[in-house]
Amino acid sequence: MNTEKNIKTLIVKKPLKLDCGKTINNFPVAFETYGSLNENKDNAILVFHALTGDQFVTGLNPITKKDGWWSFAVGPDKAIDTNKYFVICSNVIGGCMGSYGPSHKDPETQKTFGTDFPVITINDMVNAQYNLLEHFGIDKLFAITGGSMGGMQVLQFITNFPDKAKTVIPIATTSSHSAQNIAFNELGRQAITADSDWKDGNYEVNNANPGKGLAVARMAAHITYLSKKGLQEKFGRKLQEREDLKFGFDADFQIESYLRYQGSVFVDRFDANSYLYITRAMDYFDLVKQFNGNLSDAFKNTKAKFFVISFTSDWLYPTQENKDIVIALNSIGADVGFVEIVSDKGHDSFLLDVPDFLNALKNFLDKSYTELKNEK
Amino acid sequence: MKNEFKVISNLIEDNKKALDVGCADGTLMQYLKENKNINVRGLEISKEKVQECIAKGLTVIEGNAEKDLKQFPDKSFDYVVLSQTLQAFLSPELVLDELLRVGKKAIVTIPNFGNWKVRLHLLFKGTMPITKSLPEQWHSTPNLHMCTIKDFVNFIKSKEIKMIKTLALNNNNVSNITNNNLGTKNLFADLGIFLIEK
Repeated sequence: MNTEKNIKTLIVKKPLKLDCGKTINNFPVAFETYGSLNENKDNAILVFHALTGDQFVTGLNPITKKDGWWSFAVGPDKAIDTNKYFVICSNVIGGCMGSYGPSHKDPETQKTFGTDFPVITINDMVNAQYNLLEHFGIDKLFAITGGSMGGMQVLQFITNFPDKAKTVIPIATTSSHSAQNIAFNELGRQAITADSDWKDGNYEVNNANPGKGLAVARMAAHITYLSKKGLQEKFGRKLQEREDLKFGFDADFQIESYLRYQGSVFVDRFDANSYLYITRAMDYFDLVKQFNGNLSDAFKNTKAKFFVISFTSDWLYPTQENKDIVIALNSIGADVGFVEIVSDKGHDSFLLDVPDFLNALKNFLDKSYTELKNEK
Repeated sequence: MKNEFKVISNLIEDNKKALDVGCADGTLMQYLKENKNINVRGLEISKEKVQECIAKGLTVIEGNAEKDLKQFPDKSFDYVVLSQTLQAFLSPELVLDELLRVGKKAIVTIPNFGNWKVRLHLLFKGTMPITKSLPEQWHSTPNLHMCTIKDFVNFIKSKEIKMIKTLALNNNNVSNITNNNLGTKNLFADLGIFLIEK
């Protein structure tokens, strides 16, 4: 896979001290941009991707040849209107779309890192991405947004850089990864490491690929992104290209076939070790603990305007966990709006064509941008 | 904008911070923001109404006054407004206490069940009164705890809440309610508007 020609990278020269204690420098942060930065440089929106996303937010992803992961929300005249805003998204460090990660070579040994890559946190991810602001000469972002793990980065970013964003939109996320979510991530990691082709993380040098394990991890995770009702309505007990049950272990049901397909296409585009690293970063995320049990303290230095969005059928990052963020913000008198969108599409709702969600996002951004312009 | 909102906004000083509980489509909020430079937030239970507020650029939290007021710290707003919904809560007393905890002052309006049209309706028709401010049938009304202006005044006094301003709204006429005219106002007003503090 020749990926390099389509990937823009910023080499971060200055050292970044990671939470694990190690320091990295001269490392790549891969990014993509959409729309154009205006003269005042006040129309930039930094989008953070979720676990398996990448910098290719919208349009055709040049590597996978599929639509970008947030094509419903980002693009000309869409909720995040690229005719109006300059959208930046970067691949998280620990990822596998060009940013520094376990599939890179260790500069000291010239061997692929594998599990020798340092363990990354959400905090490390946003600190690495912060360099993009300097790169573009942006003093203050108009907005930061993202769903799921993207939302965690949103919260961490505004905590670390309280005056660097005008508006803050965490979507379908949490301030502290729950036991249930850690459990699902562990299931995925166990599936990968149990694959004999994982080879303690050194599969690349052994010309192997733990594709089966990674596919199972993806299948399990994919179930958590949907709702029971959504699955039932879409698949029910429908059979896959057959009249009757076959009394075997082939994919009799459409849902089985669907999950197998999701697993197989994921393996083609994602690195197993990156999956381990990024899920670990999510598990370690606990903004409440970072502030000794008081989440409000994370936001006490920011004047940003917040808008929190959750979805009714999201049981992975349920409304209550999103509301906890709202409560923490209200208790310090921060400017925060909140809406729970009705959707049967589960956690995945934020990625899909959910008009109430997309309208709310668009209205919030456009009204806030008009206000920003009127202030000047 | 309806007359009630004009009266409410006249009770609010410019450049203050206000919370509109049950802000509906944000009409009052927008007026306060644009005309009085109020830093205004809304709390609204209906998702559709929340969306309308967002489309107007208003800061609104989807939520329920009985459950969600507790997230706001003591005296975090100069004014908390509750328009014609106190009677619809399971426990109006708890909501009133919360309004006065969160707000330095509260503005509460109530539809007056003591109005002569209501009284005549029940007296002559013998069915639950339906009027302009009480348009729903007994089985579909959200109102659980109807009261008259006199009831509310007595209630406020019994709770040792200070009444800063007490107004009666009758069609488009606004007038002060005093101890002397309470009986008359209770007969003729459609709406009671109370600026209170504790």
